[in-house]
Amino acid sequence: MKIQILGTGCPKCEQLTRTAEAAAKELGLAYELEKVSDINDIIAFGVMMTPALAVDGVVKVSGKVPALAEVVALLGGAAS
Amino acid sequence: MNWKKEWKVLALMSGAFLAAYFLPVGGVRFDNALLEAFHLVKWYAREHVLLCLIPAFFIAGAIAVFVSKGAVMKYLGARAKKVLAYGVASVSGSVLAVCSCTVLPLFAGIYRMGAGLGPATAFLYSGPAINVLAMILTARVLGMELGIARAVGAVVFSVVIGLLMHLMFRRQEAERSQASAAMPVEEPGRPLWQNALFFIALVGVLVFANWGRPGEASGLWNAVFRAKWMLTALAAAGMGVMLVRWFALQAWKLGLAAVATAAAALLVPHNPLVPFFVGILGLSIVAGGDHGAGGEWFASSWDFAKQILPLLFLGVLAAGLLLGRVGHEGLIPSRWIAGLVGGNSLGANLFASVTGAFMYFATLTEVPILQGLLGAGMGKGPALALLLAGPALSLPNMLVIRSIMGTRKTVVFVALVVVMATLSGMIFGAFFA
Repeated sequence: MKIQILGTGCPKCEQLTRTAEAAAKELGLAYELEKVSDINDIIAFGVMMTPALAVDGVVKVSGKVPALAEVVALLGGAAS
Repeated sequence: MNWKKEWKVLALMSGAFLAAYFLPVGGVRFDNALLEAFHLVKWYAREHVLLCLIPAFFIAGAIAVFVSKGAVMKYLGARAKKVLAYGVASVSGSVLAVCSCTVLPLFAGIYRMGAGLGPATAFLYSGPAINVLAMILTARVLGMELGIARAVGAVVFSVVIGLLMHLMFRRQEAERSQASAAMPVEEPGRPLWQNALFFIALVGVLVFANWGRPGEASGLWNAVFRAKWMLTALAAAGMGVMLVRWFALQAWKLGLAAVATAAAALLVPHNPLVPFFVGILGLSIVAGGDHGAGGEWFASSWDFAKQILPLLFLGVLAAGLLLGRVGHEGLIPSRWIAGLVGGNSLGANLFASVTGAFMYFATLTEVPILQGLLGAGMGKGPALALLLAGPALSLPNMLVIRSIMGTRKTVVFVALVVVMATLSGMIFGAFFA
C-alpha cells in the first residue's frame, strides 16, 4: 500500500511519519512511504489542515497527529 | 590528495582563521554588545519564562487540543455565509493555526475549496498575527497598549484586506479544486461551558500572576495587585478541581501537587516564583503521566515549548547583541535607529512596514527585537507597523503564497499589508505616543 504523509515539513508531520511507519511495521505490511509537501498537491487531496495521512490516495485522517493505536487501526482497515 | 574534496575543508579552515584573526573582541562596542546579549537572556529568563511563557504554553496547548476545529471550519467552507466567513477568518487564526505551519495549507484550502479569496486572505493575514502566544508575550514585554493595538489591528485589517482582495479580483474565476474538502472529524468533546470555564481558569492564572504594580497605591488595580498571589492560587485551585472532575485526572495525585505547592508557599513566603514553579512542576508530572485528555493537553503544550523556546532563545541573544537592553546599546548605535524609525513620520512607519514584511521572524522573536528597537529610539507608531507587517509575511512566505494564488494577487496582498501597517502605525503613534 502507498502511505502518503501530507504536510509542509513541520515537527507534527515528522511525528506522523514516524507513527505511520511504526504502525505499518507493527502490522507487518509492505508499504511505500510518500511525503507530499507541495501545497497545491495537498489541496488536490482535499486537505485543509495538515498534517494528514492518506492511504492509496484516500485521506484517512487530517488536522492532527493520531496516536499509534489509531493509525494501526486505520492501516489495518485499509489493508483488508 | 583529492583536492576536489579537500578544498572545502581548506575553505572552512581559512574562513574560521580569518574570522578569529579579525574578531572584534577588545573593542568597547563589541564587548558591550556581547554582554548585553547575555544580560537580555538572563532578564527574559527571570522575568518572563516562568510566570508568562510557561502558562502561555499551557493555554496554547489547551486551545490546540480542546477547541473543536470542525465547528470553526464550518464557517470557512464553500457554502458558508460570506459575512460570517470574514468575521471567523479574522479571529480563528488564534484557534486554528496555533502552529504556524498550518497557516499556509489552510489558506490554500479556504481559497480553493472553501469560502474563497476574501476570507482566505483575511485568515492568511490574521493567523500569524493573532497567535495566542505572541499576543500574551507582546502585552507582557511591550505593554498592554501595543498588545491590544496589535490584536485589534490584526483583526480589523484582516477583514479590510480580505474584502479589498475580494473586490479587486472578483471578476476572475477562482480556480476551485474539484476535490471536496476533507473536514476534520468533529470529536465528541466536553460541553462548551466546561471548556470555557477551564480556559477562564488558565487565563486567570496567567493574568493574576503577571498583575503589575500600579502607579498609585490606591484603587481597584492596587487592591488586585496586593491580592495577586491569592487570586492566582484561587484560579489554580479552580483549574485543579476542573481537571479532577471533568478531565479525569486522579484526585490524589493532583492533591499531592497542591500540597507541595502550598508547602513551598509557606516555606518560602517572600519569593512567589518558588511555589509557582513547584505548582507547574506538579501539574506537569500529573498531566504528563495521564493517558486521557490531560495527557494530550500536556503533550501539546510540551510540543509548543520544544518548538518555540530554542528559537526565542536565539532571538533574544540576537536582539541583545544588536540592540542591547533598554537604556544600553548593542552593536547598532541608537542614533541609526532613531534616525530611521524614530518619531511618527510616514517615512519611519513605511520603512518599518516594508522591513517587517520582508524579514523573517520566527514565532515570538519579534518581541525581543521590537523591545530592543523601542529602547534604541524607535517610535511607537513604527513599532506597531512592524508588529502588523512582520509576523504575517516574510520573503520565503511570499514565494509560497505566490505559488498558491499567483504573482499579481500576491503583490497586491503584500502592498495592502504594507499600506495598512503603515497607516495603523501612524494613527497609533499620533494618539498614543
